[in-house]
Amino acid sequence: MTEEEKTAQFQQRIDAGEKIEPLDWMPDGYKQTLFRQISQHAHSEIIGMQPEGNWLLRAPSLRAKKILMAKIQDEAGHGLYLYSAAETFGIDRAEMIDMLHSGQAKYSSIFNYPALTWADMGAIGWLVDGAAIVNQTMLAKCSYGPYSRAMVRICKEEGFHQRQGYEIIAKMASGTPAQKEMAQDSLNRWWEPSLMMFGPHDADSPHTQNSMKWKIKVESNDTLRQRFIDRTVEQAHHIGLTIPDKNLKYNKETMHWEISPINWDEFWNVVKGNGPCNHQRLSHHKKYHQEGQWVRDCARAFEVNQMKESNAVKSN
Amino acid sequence: MNTKDALINYCLRLADNSMISGQRLAEWNSCGPYLEEDIALSNMALDFFGQAETMYEYASQLINNNKSADDLAFRRSEREYFNCLLAEQPNGDFAFTMMKQFLFSTYAKFLYEALSASNDETLKGFAERSLKEVKYHFRHSSEWIIRFGNGTDESLKRAQFALDELWRFTDDLFCMNATDEELISTGITVSSDSIAAKWNLTVKEIMQASHLTIPEKFNVITGGYSGIHSEHLGHLLCEMQYLQRAYPDAKW
Ligand SMILES: [Fe+2]
Ligand SMILES: [Fe+2]
Ligand SMILES: [Fe+2]
Repeated sequence: MTEEEKTAQFQQRIDAGEKIEPLDWMPDGYKQTLFRQISQHAHSEIIGMQPEGNWLLRAPSLRAKKILMAKIQDEAGHGLYLYSAAETFGIDRAEMIDMLHSGQAKYSSIFNYPALTWADMGAIGWLVDGAAIVNQTMLAKCSYGPYSRAMVRICKEEGFHQRQGYEIIAKMASGTPAQKEMAQDSLNRWWEPSLMMFGPHDADSPHTQNSMKWKIKVESNDTLRQRFIDRTVEQAHHIGLTIPDKNLKYNKETMHWEISPINWDEFWNVVKGNGPCNHQRLSHHKKYHQEGQWVRDCARAFEVNQMKESNAVKSN
Repeated sequence: MNTKDALINYCLRLADNSMISGQRLAEWNSCGPYLEEDIALSNMALDFFGQAETMYEYASQLINNNKSADDLAFRRSEREYFNCLLAEQPNGDFAFTMMKQFLFSTYAKFLYEALSASNDETLKGFAERSLKEVKYHFRHSSEWIIRFGNGTDESLKRAQFALDELWRFTDDLFCMNATDEELISTGITVSSDSIAAKWNLTVKEIMQASHLTIPEKFNVITGGYSGIHSEHLGHLLCEMQYLQRAYPDAKW
């Protein structure tokens, strides 16, 4: 079969809604796009542990501490599944971590903002995990089997995270004046970054066209963003918080909430590395990865030593 | 001391041991040597927080709910905390943390085995449930100690350093005071001597398998169970109790 015939047959399978598995033939572009996307998703789960970890030691109750700890642990687990899904393209986790450290691989820009108050533990769960669910529910339908299955598994947990985050911020919004202020301040800071999580408008999104053709994405950035806005505005109003957008209004005809234009300069600025925590997040990851080197060396040496010993026993 | 007060103190001791151990392990979040180990460390921290919650709740009931479990965790000061000195020591490197975990979980394993026969039903149930968890902590940490000792020169050196530093805090685990006296006489707990004997045997065994030398006893420090701590505890509590102390009227 020629390359073109293979490509045509591949596209037929995609169009018929079949899942593509690691051993199947696939075009290079499909492979590269998915590897980039899945490994970046994995890195996002891992880097995302940092802002929440910032409050783990200061969680204000036993229950809150357990929930936050379990949530961060879930995110580490998501990272693990996703690294495995990305490894189906023949690149191992250690190499992916090198790509993260060299700046070749990115992670979600949302984690380049600081978690300044306990209310941010609410806002992150509510908004960031909330946006992730909208995106990942769509990705669960994607054409690549391992990614799609990882998303199905992960989405259930993201649902818990979103509800737990909302509960934190709802409690604060009905708490003391200081708590209310923290809750509103947190929404003010996280609202626009969370809208940017869906990526640029479809017209400005370099990968959207191919991704849609290959059913890596089955809905556009703007469609997903609008779904998130409609949900979140209602949730904010329900607990007496104000969406920080003077132009926010409900359009009765479209039945959607409309917002001000998003500041995409800010988005690209953070993507390029100029956000408030880009440097901090990456250097934290590098530092502890380096500090763990002797432990990984020890574990490897131990295995080798064990193997030598058991071989010596056998040959005796 | 009457039995009820002794039991309250004892619950707080168990709760504080778990709470402080959990808090220290939680410091490892996103700092582990690799992802699987990060997850294992947070698993153990979660076990500890669960154990602490159960014991704070029991203590809270015993003091007629005048103080909630959260009050007990977040509104007591360093002189009112009854955890062992070992638990509050800073983490150090991964070998240091694992050595702490190993020395503590060996103790917790034998203690909870003994408490599984307590004639206090709540304590008995707690010990039975927690035993499963600390057995895993013991297995996890002892496997690491053996790996350190049979891995590289560097891992052996780091593990030996940790043992030398931490050994001075191990007598503290077995110190008894009026609380123990009362609870031993009523069959609620056992003498620490029996726990210490088993602990010594197991520790020796694992250290031997790891080519590690148990140091001479030097500058031994005790006092945790009587509320006399190292300077480290105050800083840990400062961070842990920050929100409850800064916003005393708030509910979270
Ligand atoms: Fe996640
Ligand atoms: Fe995610
Ligand atoms: Fe999540």
